[in-house]
Amino acid sequence: MSAAGTKAAGGSQGGRFARFIDWVDERFPLTAMMKEHVTEYYAAKSFNAWYVFGVLALLVLILQVVTGIYLTMSYKPSAEDAFASVEYIMRDVDWGWLIRYMHSTGASAFFIVVYLHMFRALMYGSYKSPRELLWVIGMLIYVALMAQAFTGYLLPWGQMSYWGAQVIVSLFGAVPVIGDAIVEWIRGDYFISDITLNRFFALHVIAVPLALMILAVVHILALHTTGSLNPDGIEIKKTKGPDGIPLDGVAFHPFHTAKDLVAIIIFAIAFCAVVFFAPEMGGYFLEHANFEPANMLKTPPHIAPVWYFTPFYAILRAVPSKGWGAFLMAMAIVMLFLLPWLDRCKVKSIRYRGWSYKIALTTFTVSFLALGFLGMQPVTPVFVYAARLFGVLYFAFFLLMPLYTARERTKPVPDRVVYHGHH
Amino acid sequence: MSEEASVSRRRFLAVATSVTGAVGLAMTAAPFIASFRPSARAQALGAPVEVDISKLETGSMVRVQWRGQPVWILKRSKEMLELLGNHGDKLRDPDSMESIQPAYAANATRSIRPEILVVIGTCTHLGCAPIEKLQPADAELGADWPGGFFCPCHGSKFDLAGRVYAGVPAPTNLVVPPYRFVGDTMIIVGEDTGASA
Repeated sequence: MSAAGTKAAGGSQGGRFARFIDWVDERFPLTAMMKEHVTEYYAAKSFNAWYVFGVLALLVLILQVVTGIYLTMSYKPSAEDAFASVEYIMRDVDWGWLIRYMHSTGASAFFIVVYLHMFRALMYGSYKSPRELLWVIGMLIYVALMAQAFTGYLLPWGQMSYWGAQVIVSLFGAVPVIGDAIVEWIRGDYFISDITLNRFFALHVIAVPLALMILAVVHILALHTTGSLNPDGIEIKKTKGPDGIPLDGVAFHPFHTAKDLVAIIIFAIAFCAVVFFAPEMGGYFLEHANFEPANMLKTPPHIAPVWYFTPFYAILRAVPSKGWGAFLMAMAIVMLFLLPWLDRCKVKSIRYRGWSYKIALTTFTVSFLALGFLGMQPVTPVFVYAARLFGVLYFAFFLLMPLYTARERTKPVPDRVVYHGHH
Repeated sequence: MSEEASVSRRRFLAVATSVTGAVGLAMTAAPFIASFRPSARAQALGAPVEVDISKLETGSMVRVQWRGQPVWILKRSKEMLELLGNHGDKLRDPDSMESIQPAYAANATRSIRPEILVVIGTCTHLGCAPIEKLQPADAELGADWPGGFFCPCHGSKFDLAGRVYAGVPAPTNLVVPPYRFVGDTMIIVGEDTGASA
């Protein structure tokens, strides 16, 4: 009983609850985990607003899981019933409209916060050593998220569901030799059919979410191994006080959680505004063509994926060859994975990096947004040439990175984070 | 038994167990991967379809469904057939060398009977359904348009033999499915005599 004895010295003589926690701790590392990941996880006190999107992404993940479970209770994954069952949720199920709009808005919200989260990493060098693996795990989450969005989009079985799936599944046909066999294998049929819908449902409600949640846990574990970076790109673990706590760090709880709560409230206000007043977001969150049931003999006049895929879709369309278009589209995502090894600059944060990276990042951001816009537009010669230009700039950001970051003229990085306290 | 012998014996057993486990895992994975393929029912539903073309007028087309894909049957007029020879230089694969069609449709009109065109009406780029622009000189597609099909998704163009234009995303001509005639007015799509598929 020596373990209980030391615990008692720690002040557990008190109430029944403390004794219950002791009882748990002897059987499961509850207190130790709380300390490691919450109350004694130290992150820089100099976090700015860009550091809220990780927590928001976790919040949206939970939101999607909860609303998704409720939708599953009324949705029917068959070509015959799917479209009608979504209408049934919208019209006949109590609060069904709210739950569905939360889920559909949540999908777009997920990508908004994830894109901002990734942009934060690009600005402050969160992907650089020793956080390469953290970044790669994050990228796997992003890919899983895309798979989740894609499989989910087929489920309402509307025109855009159907033809969007048709286009994306056909992309695998670009694989040499075995392409057509892969396409047939994915569909489980000779066309996008009831069978395809049923398996996409299985992937969307269990396989991919399970992977997403495991990856989210792994992402946080990796983060808590390296520690969070900060807007100055300084490793706060290098400067510790006599108690072994980083001098520039404050505990995740209660300090960062209090700040995150403010972000969550602001996010919730914006989220509710969309859910209640503009759930379709002018056709960007829910495309108008999808209010018509899937018709396999009639393509909608203008097929565009939902906004979060359009930058990659623009690259696909810009290439006048199916094989190369699909290849470059895939490479656009692969490039992001390689980022930690393409960037040769030792300085992490944009605050102290040279003009070359600042120009490169600005160009990349403009290109990404421009491609996103172009991916929504109809195919006209002008738009195709614009997409080619921005596509080249997109790849140039990555491929030229080893050159323009190798001898970057950086500013001296301070030893401690820059922080202006409020009194 | 000596210490060394025991260690090497342990190592052998560990490797043997791991390899056996890995082989077992791979073999277990096989049925799970194979279960993704079209089921027996899906294969049965992919059976050939019969189409009666006795009422099909010259210059018009009929759509039927085979394996969930739209199959177009177009009865081309003499003028339409004559125009086919005039724009070979604008096509990517005018002689259908790289495109998918049965051997009996690998000719100038891409058909068994010159006037009857049978193609799968999905764009060879990403599977959208092109729209018919059968009349020549289209407002959108220019005065020299000889009639054909236009894919609204990504702008691919095909002529009245389903041949793709150069400089558009679609890589090959529209696919000609296997088909055969039964008598004068009946077509079976999805099945041919088998000799020349």
